[in-house]
Amino acid sequence: MDFRTVGLTENEYKTILRELGRTPNETELRLFGVMWSEHCSYKSTRPLLRLFPIEGRAVVQGPGENAGVVDLGEGFGLAFKVESHNHPSAVEPYQGAATGVGGIIRDILAMGARPVASMDGLFFGDPELRKTKALRQGIVAGIGGYGNAVGVPTVGGKTVYDEAYTENPLVNAFCAGVVRLEDMVRSDTAQSGRLVVLLGAKTGRDGIAGAAFASVELAEDTSASRPQVQIGDPFAEKLLIECCLELLEKRLIDSMQDMGAAGIISSSSEIAAKSGVGMTLDLDRVPLREKGMTPWEIALSESQERMLLIVNPDRMEQVLQVAAKWALDCTVFGETTGDGRYVMKAGGAMVVDLPPAFIGGNAPIIHWPSREPRDLEERQRLEVEELSPPKDLGAVLRSLLEDPNLGSKAWISEQYDSMVQTNTVIGPGGPVSVLRVLRGDKSPVFVAFSMEADPWKCRTDPRGGGAETVARTLRSLSVCGAEPLGWTNCLNFPSPQDPEVFWEMRECVQGMADAARGLSCPVVSGNVSLYNETPQKKILPTPLVVTAGLLSDLDGFLPWSRWREGDHLFLAGMPNTALGASRYLLRTFGLLQGKILPFDAGAEQDFTARARRTAKERAARSARSLAGGGLAVALAKEAMESGIGARLDVQIPTRPDVFLFGEGGPRALYAVPPASLPLFRSIWRGSPLTELGVATGNILDVKRGFSLSLAELRDSWRR
Amino acid sequence: MNVSVVVFPGSNCDQDAVRALASFSGRPVAQVWHGDPALPAATDLVILPGGFSYGDYLRTGAMAARSPIMEAVRRHAYEGGLVLGICNGFQILTEARLLPGTLLPNKTLTFVCKPCTLRVERTDTPFTGAFRPNQVVQFPIAHHEGLFYLPEKELDELEQRGQVVFRYASPEGSVAPEASPNGSLRNIAGIVNERGNVLGLMPHPERASDPVLGERDGLLVWQSVAGWIEGGH
Repeated sequence: MDFRTVGLTENEYKTILRELGRTPNETELRLFGVMWSEHCSYKSTRPLLRLFPIEGRAVVQGPGENAGVVDLGEGFGLAFKVESHNHPSAVEPYQGAATGVGGIIRDILAMGARPVASMDGLFFGDPELRKTKALRQGIVAGIGGYGNAVGVPTVGGKTVYDEAYTENPLVNAFCAGVVRLEDMVRSDTAQSGRLVVLLGAKTGRDGIAGAAFASVELAEDTSASRPQVQIGDPFAEKLLIECCLELLEKRLIDSMQDMGAAGIISSSSEIAAKSGVGMTLDLDRVPLREKGMTPWEIALSESQERMLLIVNPDRMEQVLQVAAKWALDCTVFGETTGDGRYVMKAGGAMVVDLPPAFIGGNAPIIHWPSREPRDLEERQRLEVEELSPPKDLGAVLRSLLEDPNLGSKAWISEQYDSMVQTNTVIGPGGPVSVLRVLRGDKSPVFVAFSMEADPWKCRTDPRGGGAETVARTLRSLSVCGAEPLGWTNCLNFPSPQDPEVFWEMRECVQGMADAARGLSCPVVSGNVSLYNETPQKKILPTPLVVTAGLLSDLDGFLPWSRWREGDHLFLAGMPNTALGASRYLLRTFGLLQGKILPFDAGAEQDFTARARRTAKERAARSARSLAGGGLAVALAKEAMESGIGARLDVQIPTRPDVFLFGEGGPRALYAVPPASLPLFRSIWRGSPLTELGVATGNILDVKRGFSLSLAELRDSWRR
Repeated sequence: MNVSVVVFPGSNCDQDAVRALASFSGRPVAQVWHGDPALPAATDLVILPGGFSYGDYLRTGAMAARSPIMEAVRRHAYEGGLVLGICNGFQILTEARLLPGTLLPNKTLTFVCKPCTLRVERTDTPFTGAFRPNQVVQFPIAHHEGLFYLPEKELDELEQRGQVVFRYASPEGSVAPEASPNGSLRNIAGIVNERGNVLGLMPHPERASDPVLGERDGLLVWQSVAGWIEGGH
């Protein structure tokens, strides 16, 4: 069998020959083909990921395990991660999205954590196309169908529309779980002489080599890839969650791995490699869903709702009892050994005999050539003076509120159960979502999540856009009063073999790392999804970021959309910002162009510290960090949701459209009751602060800008 | 007040009900496994919680209605004990024929999760004694099959016997069809059996029982039940 058939390069094959000192057999070759695929090996991006800061006060577990973990105090931790399920969702939207949710939930479970919240980053194509509507309907139904049944609330998300995603939609599934730190599961704790156990669903041919499929571009006709998409069963997953948590609580297992990409081979070899033990697996003992499966099909199947357990033989009887209670298959199919060899047997013969650490960790890094895009200057060119300012800024605002990127997403979030587990303090629809975390008999804490992506800024200014994406999550958390703990990310890009794509990716990652360092917030987990393109179209550079922040109590939580009559409105942060790659520029002029404000660590630190102090000292009534659509959209959202208008009369220091619709940089809109004005002003003294006007009536009236009633605003926003 | 919450495979609001009731009553709440043959002695109220029992396979609630524990629940109800089915629990009660009617997919054909206003229609049941007549309260809903259906004639009889206890309503208390989030006939959100000791309710009072989460009208249900039990019924 030729190594090229399984997707290996000549260099990779030579590395294998050198290490093994022999020719790999067909089963081994196929295992390498998947384990050394981009999806499993990160061979194109490992050097880039090293740019991220990974150390921080709150970090309990950084990148490298199934999920990162941060400290929540009193012996509890928060495990979280975001992962892509892009290719499957493009081919079979319902199952692709559903199994994305199921997979990330099992990653969290594999840390020993109870999954407590999900969020989803969705990127759809041209909203007017029937194709987009069909994909969107399937993806949203799949996420709901799985998440609702499995009983993990979907507390928020991000939805982006751009024609770049028409053929290649993105589904990034995030999950967070709560773990007692003393019970945290690690994959480096297996000893020799333990049993290797399969728990959950039977193994079938579904999803075979799905990881390899996710590591190449989508074909023109994706229907041929259907067999590579897995099928989800949330009922089985719910039983698996409860069963695993019961096994952990009773301390019956030594280690655990979820079976995601590359199934048995990936999960078992990772434990063997990290724990430094050997492993012998008997594939004949794996419960199968269909007859005639070859050893490599069994080893690589991505059948869902399965976990791999490492169990002390003395406790196996009790493990079987718990599994029987939850009506789950539970089968011993191997053992850990002291000889350091990773062996698979089938039909009485040895079909795999490899050094475990070599299987997962040794794909040679590929240094793809990198080149600044030839049209970068063109992308960044923007002469604001050449844009004739629109006469009717009210119409511009209404048009922005009608932009599906900025309008209400309630029709999506209402299809998800956002409340199950009864800990959702703030559900979907706001700048952050807030969840209560119970810590046994100790006082609860509250965790805020912010999910962001701005692929347009990453297109025109990859480094600035990457930094802006990370910074936005930290601003939102700080404005509501949360202390950032750590973040996770999903890097969605086209093929890295295009030097310009690789350059964009490196710049994005550098920008994200700069922002994370500048604001001292570490990465704890992440995922990379490459080859997001079809013969016709590449996606935009799309890093997605989710950051978690801690609120020790709700007294220090500053909400949004709480204006009251007579509140004074302020813009904290620079009044003068940029139009580059803004929603305004795209929507009004059809231009995706222009540089964005460079990341300024000092200004960001200063802003976020003052914002957290404002929340903590309760110096404001309502606050919203500015994002897409700039100040005008923030004003409109605050006014609509508060049910009160405002009168604004500002000496606008720049062009009105730049002032109202510019984006980027640390800025927030505050509403301050008269009694709190002295405190609020003292907190922001020495930092740019613009008094805008007063909340009043039912019209949002901006002198020299626009005047729109709340009814008009709502009409546009809900369209 | 002694509460038992039944846990079916696939239940996912069981712990929410346990927490809400334990916090309200200050007493431990029993969790009863679906395969158990009996309820704990001295159970006053049995809760069939929300979720996707048996993965909603076959029909929502159909398999759970035939679980071993359901014989004990049926006996409990015959003996006058209180039974509350919430969401999937309501679906299970109709499948078990402890309540009439059936719950069909929402008119939107999608899952719907959002806060909802309800009007209480009777305050003389064990579950509603603490409500004011016609009080409008807020409980969230979260379901895919919540459209209550009965043929017209049986629906009239249900109404005549006063079995409709909660209706979806506008915040002002109007029960026009637009106020129904799921197309339920006559805006029905909750009904009791003829005897009044078994209540099926699509909205979730256990999700409206904690001020931290924003809504607390659900406490009225627990107060009603506690009052009923203390009153010696």
